Amino acid sequence: MGEFVLKARDLNKSYIQRSGRFGFGTTKVKALDNVSLDLKHGSTLAVVGESGSGKSTLARCLLQLQPLDSGSVLFQGRDLAELPAHELREQRRHLQMIFQDPFASLNPRMRVGEIVGEGLLIHRLGNQEEQRERVVQMLKRVGLSEADMLKYPHEFSGGQRQRIGIARALVLNPKVVVCDEPVSALDVSIQAQILLLLKELQQEMALSYIFISHDLRVVRHVADEIAVMYQGKIVERGAIDDIYRSPSQEYTQNLLKSIPGQRALALSN
Amino acid sequence: MVHLLSIENLTITPVNAPNRKLVNRVSFSIEPGKTTCVVGESGSGKSLTALSVMGLLSDQLNRASGKVEFQGRDLAKLSADEMRQIRGRQIGMIFQEPMTSLNPVLTIGYQIGEPLTVHLGLKGDALKAKVANLLEQVGIPPHRANSYPDELSGGQRQRVMIAMSIACQPAMLIADEPTTALDVTVQAQILSLLNDLKQTMNMGMLLITHDFGVVADVADHVVVMFRGDIVESGSVADVLGKPKHPYTKALLDCVPDAEGRKPLKPIDYAWLNDEKVS
Ligand SMILES: Nc1ncnc2c1ncn2[C@@H]1O[C@H](COP(=O)(O)OP(=O)(O)OP(=O)(O)O)[C@@H](O)[C@H]1O
Ligand SMILES: Nc1ncnc2c1ncn2[C@@H]1O[C@H](COP(=O)(O)OP(=O)(O)OP(=O)(O)O)[C@@H](O)[C@H]1O
Ligand SMILES: [Mg+2]
Ligand SMILES: [Mg+2]
Repeated sequence: MGEFVLKARDLNKSYIQRSGRFGFGTTKVKALDNVSLDLKHGSTLAVVGESGSGKSTLARCLLQLQPLDSGSVLFQGRDLAELPAHELREQRRHLQMIFQDPFASLNPRMRVGEIVGEGLLIHRLGNQEEQRERVVQMLKRVGLSEADMLKYPHEFSGGQRQRIGIARALVLNPKVVVCDEPVSALDVSIQAQILLLLKELQQEMALSYIFISHDLRVVRHVADEIAVMYQGKIVERGAIDDIYRSPSQEYTQNLLKSIPGQRALALSN
Repeated sequence: MVHLLSIENLTITPVNAPNRKLVNRVSFSIEPGKTTCVVGESGSGKSLTALSVMGLLSDQLNRASGKVEFQGRDLAKLSADEMRQIRGRQIGMIFQEPMTSLNPVLTIGYQIGEPLTVHLGLKGDALKAKVANLLEQVGIPPHRANSYPDELSGGQRQRVMIAMSIACQPAMLIADEPTTALDVTVQAQILSLLNDLKQTMNMGMLLITHDFGVVADVADHVVVMFRGDIVESGSVADVLGKPKHPYTKALLDCVPDAEGRKPLKPIDYAWLNDEKVS
């Protein structure tokens, strides 16, 4: 199977945007500009970068949730775009996504038990009893409870909804999870709990993560490698310690300098 | 003394479970030109407190007790019309999940312009110019006024909400996790924009956040919530520097360090319960 579980080659994606005084003009904007990356088996690659630099677009394109203009994505050596529909559906179970906007990604008319269990049902993993048990266990691991299965998404807080999305992705025992700002709505304790859970599952099942985050403190804790995006391009990449120690790009240097509270928190520690 | 906003004894319960206190006798106040940060556990009642101030609680929830005064006026006694006048004009609100409060079928330019037309009567070129100016202030190119919410990135949507909330230069801003989708460089730009409003317009701010770096940088006052209760409040120096309550101490212990040396460790709730949490 090789060292890399996921390889992306020369991904390009443009959007047409309305522009001009009355919105009748259009401009083409490159959200992904020749992006390539390799995800090592069992490792975590963090993607950081400016708001609007193309991170979520990259996430969706990697998982074929959005069509590319050009480029290819290989999962375990096979080009996802060339898989027949039924096989792509099959592989989806191994390629999961935790979405940036939890509320928008949860069906408001489904109960949490159904939302988290839906994938198990679709992919026919286990009998009804086993499916239920797996849902309950996963909800507990993200800090929710069995009783939450019967509730609807709107009955939860923002951070609780984010955890429903995490449970839905992880319950399937996937091979690759693309996490788009997975812990941004969580208090620092739950955040630590979720990050440890991600690491535990990584060790148990050799899971690999693409971890999109704007929080460079969190990234430092979870990532092996890091890629920095700027205006649709990957402008810098490398092992996590190297980049934090000696960032070569000005934008990366600014990112590290702008972590809030450095002075004040250093004083109180 | 009249506060800009005072919340007294606020209790919120589900309509069908009146004994479950989602927010339990919460009291605090906001002063002009000052920032109060509300921090605490996920699910502890921070957003419900904010929504309740705005009169936007869902009808499944009930305000069982409490009084909210804005500039000395009891908000519960206002007519729906008067409340609409205050919302968006006097009090701006940034919601935690932008997509739940942006209208998917209207351009963002239209949505940012709406409060300006309704409250300030701006029209035509003056309106266009003001919308363009607001977009620029939050770092979005003005031609994006023609885009719809689902054509924007997560952080851009969040910034559209911010532009909408400050459009009419409100006396108070309620910001619920306003920068969670922003990288630190854009976040710094937004926080400095809000700080300018605080200084030049004497705007008071209620800021809900999980980011203690942000708290350290912008808060004057900090309120800590845990399971519906306020367990501690005080000046930012006191709460971050000399936390008293076991939950506050435990929470601060979980803040990740920028060097990645400190191991990740969630709160041990069993220990916390023994340690007497009311
Ligand atoms: N409509 C509802 N019905 C029942 N319970 C609700 C409802 N809305 C919220 N809750 C519960 O009320 C509690 C407080 O919710 P709130 O949204 O205020 O939390 P929060 O402090 O903002 O958390 P977070 O940091 O995760 O956003 C949560 O435990 C939530 O599950
Ligand atoms: N459907 C669309 N139509 C037009 N432009 C789009 C569309 N979707 C995204 N864009 C634009 O493409 C760029 C990249 O968006 P993307 O969501 O990938 O950014 P991001 O790096 O995830 O940002 P954030 O950190 O703010 O979430 C942005 O400028 C965005 O406005
Ligand atoms: Mg994004
Ligand atoms: Mg909330």
